[in-house]
Amino acid sequence: MKSFKHLFGIADLSREQIEYLVNLGDSFIDINRRPLKKAPTLRGKTVINLFFENSTRTRTSFELAGKRLSADVINISASTSATSKGESLLDTGQTLAAMQPHVVVIRHSLAGTCEFLAEYLDNTAIVNAGDGAHEHPTQILTDLLTLKQAWGSPEGKTITIVGDIAHSRVARSHLLAAKKLGYNMRVVAPKTLLPAEIERYGCEVYYDFDEALPGSDAVYMLRVQTERLTDACAFPSVREYHEAYGLNAKRLRAAGDECLVLHPGPMNRGVEIATDVADSVKSHILSQVEYGVAVRMAVLAALCGGEGGDES
Amino acid sequence: MSLLQIKNGHIIDPANGIDKKADLWIEDSKVVAIGDHKGTADQTIDASGKIVCPGLIDMHVHLREPGQEWKEDIESGSRAAITGGVTSMCCMPNTGPHIDHAGIARQIIERAKQVGLCNVHPIGAVTKNLEGKELTEMRELTRAGCVAFSDDGLPIWHAGVMRKALEYSATFGYMIIQHAEEKELTKDGCINEGWISTQLGVQGMPVEGEDTMIARDIMLTRRADARYHVAHISSQRGVEMVRSAKAEGLKVTTEAAPHHFALTEEEVLGFNVDAKMSPPLRTEADRLAVIEGLRDGTIEVIATDHAPHHEDDKRCGLSCAAFGIVGLETMLPVSLDLVRNGVLSMSDMIAKMTCNPAKLLGLGSGTLSVGAEADVCIFDDKATWTVDREALVSKGKNTPWHGKQMTGQVTHTLKAGRVVFENGTIHE
Repeated sequence: MKSFKHLFGIADLSREQIEYLVNLGDSFIDINRRPLKKAPTLRGKTVINLFFENSTRTRTSFELAGKRLSADVINISASTSATSKGESLLDTGQTLAAMQPHVVVIRHSLAGTCEFLAEYLDNTAIVNAGDGAHEHPTQILTDLLTLKQAWGSPEGKTITIVGDIAHSRVARSHLLAAKKLGYNMRVVAPKTLLPAEIERYGCEVYYDFDEALPGSDAVYMLRVQTERLTDACAFPSVREYHEAYGLNAKRLRAAGDECLVLHPGPMNRGVEIATDVADSVKSHILSQVEYGVAVRMAVLAALCGGEGGDES
Repeated sequence: MSLLQIKNGHIIDPANGIDKKADLWIEDSKVVAIGDHKGTADQTIDASGKIVCPGLIDMHVHLREPGQEWKEDIESGSRAAITGGVTSMCCMPNTGPHIDHAGIARQIIERAKQVGLCNVHPIGAVTKNLEGKELTEMRELTRAGCVAFSDDGLPIWHAGVMRKALEYSATFGYMIIQHAEEKELTKDGCINEGWISTQLGVQGMPVEGEDTMIARDIMLTRRADARYHVAHISSQRGVEMVRSAKAEGLKVTTEAAPHHFALTEEEVLGFNVDAKMSPPLRTEADRLAVIEGLRDGTIEVIATDHAPHHEDDKRCGLSCAAFGIVGLETMLPVSLDLVRNGVLSMSDMIAKMTCNPAKLLGLGSGTLSVGAEADVCIFDDKATWTVDREALVSKGKNTPWHGKQMTGQVTHTLKAGRVVFENGTIHE
């Protein structure tokens, strides 16, 4: 595999690189299940988690990934003030880089934050933990590892992704990965939650959730920010949203018995997903959380030139 | 008395239909002859192989003085202008304080005269504080030297205020220049809404933001029988609406900025902050429509929307970077592509940055008529150079053309008969 300096998004990865990271993540699953959850891979390496947006699971996932590989991990939650976000972003980035970390993991509400900071930070690998509505590559690698456990390969499968596609970095990264790995994507949303020209990703677009379900191998429910629904006139009410685009057990039957349910979390029960589905055997939502740690271990290892980060 | 001969150049003066190889004679500050002239020149400029035309006019510039002199000021803007062959420019009122009362307009004109390199004609604000509520004293502003009115940077948003602004300005024959943008549609947006904004995951500004405002304004212009000028037109439907308004006989005019006929939204890929402006770079179909508008005369003016910003205003990622790019120094070479691609004759292209804006605004400049002030631009349309942002004369370094090769270079700029720019050197 060709080594890489940063992980900005799925857009920059080849199929081989994606598969390499997923397989490497696979090999790390065991460490997380052992009584003694520690490997020496990243001993002496420093990882900084720089989170400008609230996040519990992604930040914890990166933190555990680093610590279980013996890296020194620091967490920073920086708040973004509307007026000075640009300046503080660059200054914060440069300040942290001056402390010579190996990796800075960044989450920010502005798309392109990693690309922007990378221009000014030398000798530091940057990992995108979610930038605005742009990309969320480690979530997609996590999903692919989850699906690998269930299916072996996603090739030829159909994943139906539902919800606020317009503001979803998860949807965009999946649409990019689908093209590279050969799986199909159906996007389901009202027009108010679809970005312009979404079909140019090569996906199928559905407005009717029930029409999209038959033939789906997995249903991927996106978290809906309820205030975004009503304040931005995207939908009149949560009630009507749940009725049209919420997933419940009855609706899911149309997809058949084999269909998996995924969600990047955190869930809004009763909004995009009903409890009867969230807690069912079809739900792989907690597997996603578990494999997320393994995949992030793989990403950190690859970027630090540890386990197989060079040509192979 | 001093006699200057610009010899062997190809003189193009669209206002007078002149397009021929001849000598241009200037006595003190005035043009005295094209062709033969009695007398011995005190000074000669050899313009062999070059084009000699009226000094260019850029009717859409942000000079940032007063109020934001770290971005640009009248002196640095004037120096950038003459480097680009521009000898007259109109500065937009979104300064601090705004050009919404006569004192500021007079101060700007006075300061430009002190600098003495380029004419500066202020555009007065349409509304006080650019707040879009109450009209400014347009008569007073006109007496102080304002040549048109605009709230540029912002649209005149409310339809009721726009109606009154058009009616009031029409009463006295003034022109309203509109930054056509329905903010309800474009708020939080930073680039054109479409495939590129979707891929980058940033909020887009739909083209309908521009189109709906132009449509509304044309209807109000019809009722008011006003003079309405669309600033920096960038959309296909916008051009079509202006074309049909003209065909109907309405006094609707427009201008295009070089970036809108040279570049598309693709330029933003990679989160390029120097390709962020408002209206944004749009699609190839829009770009081609702007070119067609230039070709068939729907768009009578080329103007830059020169918008210098400090590095700090741009160095913060695409979503929060300031809108705007500099343009004075690249206007001519970028526009020359229209001639090279057969869209416009050299004379028609020059007209769009000389006599056409002069006529719209009643400036009296933009020609080489005998007796006219000798504002002259001499350029080599084949010379090549590479844009280096650090070498730009403007304080603003925000150009999408950094590192790109330009064909066409200004070699001399004359202001009222004085050589103010010569082969890269500014003569203060």
